[in-house]
Amino acid sequence: MADFSFKSLTCAENILQTEICGIKLPTPIFAASGTFGFGEEFENFVDLKRLGGVMVKCITPKPRKGNDGVRITETPSGMLNCIGLENPGIEKFLTEILPRIKNKMNIIVNVSGSSVEDYGELAKLLDVDGVAAIELNISCPNVKDGGIIFGTDERQAAAVTSAAKKSTRKPVIVKLSPNVTDITKIARACEAAGADCLSLINTLMGMEINIHTWRPTLGNITGGLSGGAIKPVALRMVWQTANAVKIPIIGMGGIRSASDAAEFFLAGASAVAVGTANFAEPSITMKIADDLEIYLQNCGLKNIRELVGKIKI
Amino acid sequence: MAKNFEAEILSNEEVAEKIFRLTLAAPELAEISRAGQFVQVKISDEFTLRRPLGIASTAGGRVKIFYRLVGRGTENLSKKKSGERLNILGALGNGFSPCNRKILLVGGGMGLAPLLCAAENYSADVLIGGRTSDEVIFWQEEFRPHVEKIFITTDDGSYAKKGFAIDLLPEVLSAENYSAIFTCGPEIMMRGIAKLAKEKNLPCEVSFEKRMACGLGACLSCSIDTARGRKKVCKDGPIFDAKEVFDYESDNPEN
Repeated sequence: MADFSFKSLTCAENILQTEICGIKLPTPIFAASGTFGFGEEFENFVDLKRLGGVMVKCITPKPRKGNDGVRITETPSGMLNCIGLENPGIEKFLTEILPRIKNKMNIIVNVSGSSVEDYGELAKLLDVDGVAAIELNISCPNVKDGGIIFGTDERQAAAVTSAAKKSTRKPVIVKLSPNVTDITKIARACEAAGADCLSLINTLMGMEINIHTWRPTLGNITGGLSGGAIKPVALRMVWQTANAVKIPIIGMGGIRSASDAAEFFLAGASAVAVGTANFAEPSITMKIADDLEIYLQNCGLKNIRELVGKIKI
Repeated sequence: MAKNFEAEILSNEEVAEKIFRLTLAAPELAEISRAGQFVQVKISDEFTLRRPLGIASTAGGRVKIFYRLVGRGTENLSKKKSGERLNILGALGNGFSPCNRKILLVGGGMGLAPLLCAAENYSADVLIGGRTSDEVIFWQEEFRPHVEKIFITTDDGSYAKKGFAIDLLPEVLSAENYSAIFTCGPEIMMRGIAKLAKEKNLPCEVSFEKRMACGLGACLSCSIDTARGRKKVCKDGPIFDAKEVFDYESDNPEN
């Protein structure tokens, strides 16, 4: 009897266990960059070791103050943000923040630069103990001098990917922008340049105007749309991309529940990331893990991998 | 330590035009809260973000919150009935500094809410500023049991002294020796009060309000400039030393 319960316990624990780019994941659920700080902000609400990992707040070569004025506004089933990559810079991240958090979770460092060389340099500096992988942010819509200019052009996306790959032994994940006509072209370019994994989608560029003042609500005029509103777009792009590349995909965009997550796995994502939903419910990732486990059991599956890409067309 | 609470609504009533007082049964939250802290209220699953609201009272295991109807979220909140449960995350932020000697509280409009909690906990007088009589009379009733003296101004002169809180401040300060000023309200008001406090060599703490998403220091929606770089209103604040957030050398309100 004791033997039996031990067995069922390990079985239940293993059902979500998986692997991506050689990183062992207790669950295939990540926290998306920019919505989870450096992870430690959520320690009271989340068992960080149970997450697949945390994509920490985007790091740039130099500290950035971010944008001025209003930075967020709620929209129907979502929100717009224009934080503008406020961060302490790579040096302070490596000397002050990483030592503090490195044993607490799998750390994926999201990075953004303003040149191809910046991405190479950042990848090199992050080739250190405590970093599980590097996520190249080539899709931030809120700063002029970085990110998205690389994410909307195949050659630039490939150049940045290859610069990072040459400079580090860490797995390189490229975070794609939905603000393109055909995301699969960018995806294939990154794969060909050596990307180990793709994460998608970043926010969709949007805006809001205050009809009383006739001014844009956001200080940056435009911002990135996230939350439930973007889920169908994200899911479609994950499905298209999964059909176009062989490397694994971390799907994200508006995931708020295990059923949302299950859709992304069915579309072809090997793991998912939860973003905006962390704001309303800081422990949401744990609930998604619990409910996903039940969903898999109800489907009669033994592991999450059996769900990946199983959409029936 | 901040936690999620399912609190029962004891009452949710309009106390002045478009201003509501929400009272929750939340003994544990009341126990852990400090004056100046706030909670993140979950309106419903329909809303992507919570609403940050200041804690106005923690007496008797009840948490009192005041809010103004400004949009869909607060409108939805105003429809909630006593007996319903509300999910709140708290207590968040740093809170006012502890203080043994008498302080002066200066608040404008909804900024009086966190000051009410300070009045409950510290020896204090209050200077209430509002646009109309409707906006100040209920605050007077709320503060009366907790303070020694109440000074009031209204912009339109419909109650007490006509003018802004800042106009009455020199007179109030000359009549008594306060150990500090705590202020919350429109930024322009806090700036003026902080300047006067500095001239009088009085410590001054200001409570900031900024749009926020997480309330935990993660999203950086509520960053403000301070003498020590960008700070998060939700985590490093909402209470700041006035000297750190206002540049007195410049009249530029952006500083």
